[in-house]
Amino acid sequence: MSAAVTARGGRTGRRLHPLPVRIMHWINAVAMLIMITSGWGIYDDDVIIRGFHFAKFLRLGDWAAWSLNWHFAGMWLLAINGLIYLGYGVVTGRLRERLLPIRVSELLHTVRETLHFRLEHADITTYNAVQKLLYIIVILAGISQVVTGLAIWKPVQFSGLVSLLGGFQSARVLHFIGMAVIFGFLVLHVVLALLVPRTIWAMLAGGPVLARPGSRAKAPGP
Amino acid sequence: MRSPFRPDDVPDPAILDNHRPLIKSFERRGLIRRGLSLGALVMLTGCDVKRPEAVESALLAISRFNDEVQALLFDPNKLAPTYPASMILKPPKFNAYYDVMDVKPVNGATWRLELSGLIADRRPWTIQDLQALPQRTIVIKHICVEGWSYIGGWTGVPLRTFLQHVGADLRAKYVAFKTADDYPSSIDMASALHPQTLLATEYAGETLADPFGYPMRLRTAVKLGYKNPKWVTAIEVTNKYPGGYWESRGFSWFAGL
Repeated sequence: MSAAVTARGGRTGRRLHPLPVRIMHWINAVAMLIMITSGWGIYDDDVIIRGFHFAKFLRLGDWAAWSLNWHFAGMWLLAINGLIYLGYGVVTGRLRERLLPIRVSELLHTVRETLHFRLEHADITTYNAVQKLLYIIVILAGISQVVTGLAIWKPVQFSGLVSLLGGFQSARVLHFIGMAVIFGFLVLHVVLALLVPRTIWAMLAGGPVLARPGSRAKAPGP
Repeated sequence: MRSPFRPDDVPDPAILDNHRPLIKSFERRGLIRRGLSLGALVMLTGCDVKRPEAVESALLAISRFNDEVQALLFDPNKLAPTYPASMILKPPKFNAYYDVMDVKPVNGATWRLELSGLIADRRPWTIQDLQALPQRTIVIKHICVEGWSYIGGWTGVPLRTFLQHVGADLRAKYVAFKTADDYPSSIDMASALHPQTLLATEYAGETLADPFGYPMRLRTAVKLGYKNPKWVTAIEVTNKYPGGYWESRGFSWFAGL
């Protein structure tokens, strides 16, 4: 079910994380941090949850005007990088190959194993069902942030979209929830990466070389 | 009550004044280049932020680039959603860079609207003069840059009608406003000519109350709240960038909805 892994340094195969993916991953990490922390600065000007503020040291921008400027600068980085990532993922087949299919039985199995602290991670070249689901959720949340963000940036130009989202304030809340989902993912993602540091190294150096480019099933080593 | 619009720590306006020549020195081409140079931005977010003014300049350059993008996104024929009169909030929400207690009422009897710049007939206007022009009522959402919003009902002469009436150069770039509370503001001509941009003199069918701009304020459905100056005393049509109160403190100038 998984691509076989050859010895490191094989010349013919493709890396687990090809260079474009690594570059886009780290650009995205910076963009996400800019968007989340500047978004907290904007949020604090008129809170959604009464009494809930983000501490000043967590916010990017020393007050709302600069948080907004960061946010509207970071949006280009996030959106352009995100579009190229999705385009790349679709054209090369990487998204489908790595994130699909997800089987419910597999999902339940992984959850059970996780709860018993028996999570398998000897092979970092394939994602388990929970990982697949989480990556899909965070990609959808990222797309949703762009859509709800456009709605609250341009509620008159995109008034149809705003009413589809249930109005301006509801679009705002959805934008906030999207942030919370991505932030939750981010925390989990970083903690798990720190628990298996090989994955961090792989995202920097490329990771193990896959046996046969594009093959997902029963790929015998050369 | 403190205005919710006022930030906790207001930066010293002198910072911007001191750097005005630098900000002004950006040419459009340079702005776009800088705007696209997002790689530079990434590096600026790193550890070497020894010169925060460089970061600020970069952010302002991107904000000016975004103003151009906003102008491109603006559809002059797209109307903002309107609402039934029953949904009008009474009274409207007060907002300014100072507390509602500090509002200095304007005497409507002696009030005059001064005109300047690229306008053929620059005679001053009284409130009766304004109300003699065709009026329009709109029930629209007010959206503040902070995030809150409310539905308000406004009546007045469309700015477009007024500008045509006084023979303004409608190809000029900016319409600028001066106010009794020292809150300069300006909008682009396309937004000024939008059918939902009014010189408002009434709220919910009644004469505008003092805290909300009596005798006349700008009310446009296509801009954020801070682009709606109250107690307007002068209008200028110009091609020279006029800026505005919050704009000189870092907020986006276009601020279109």
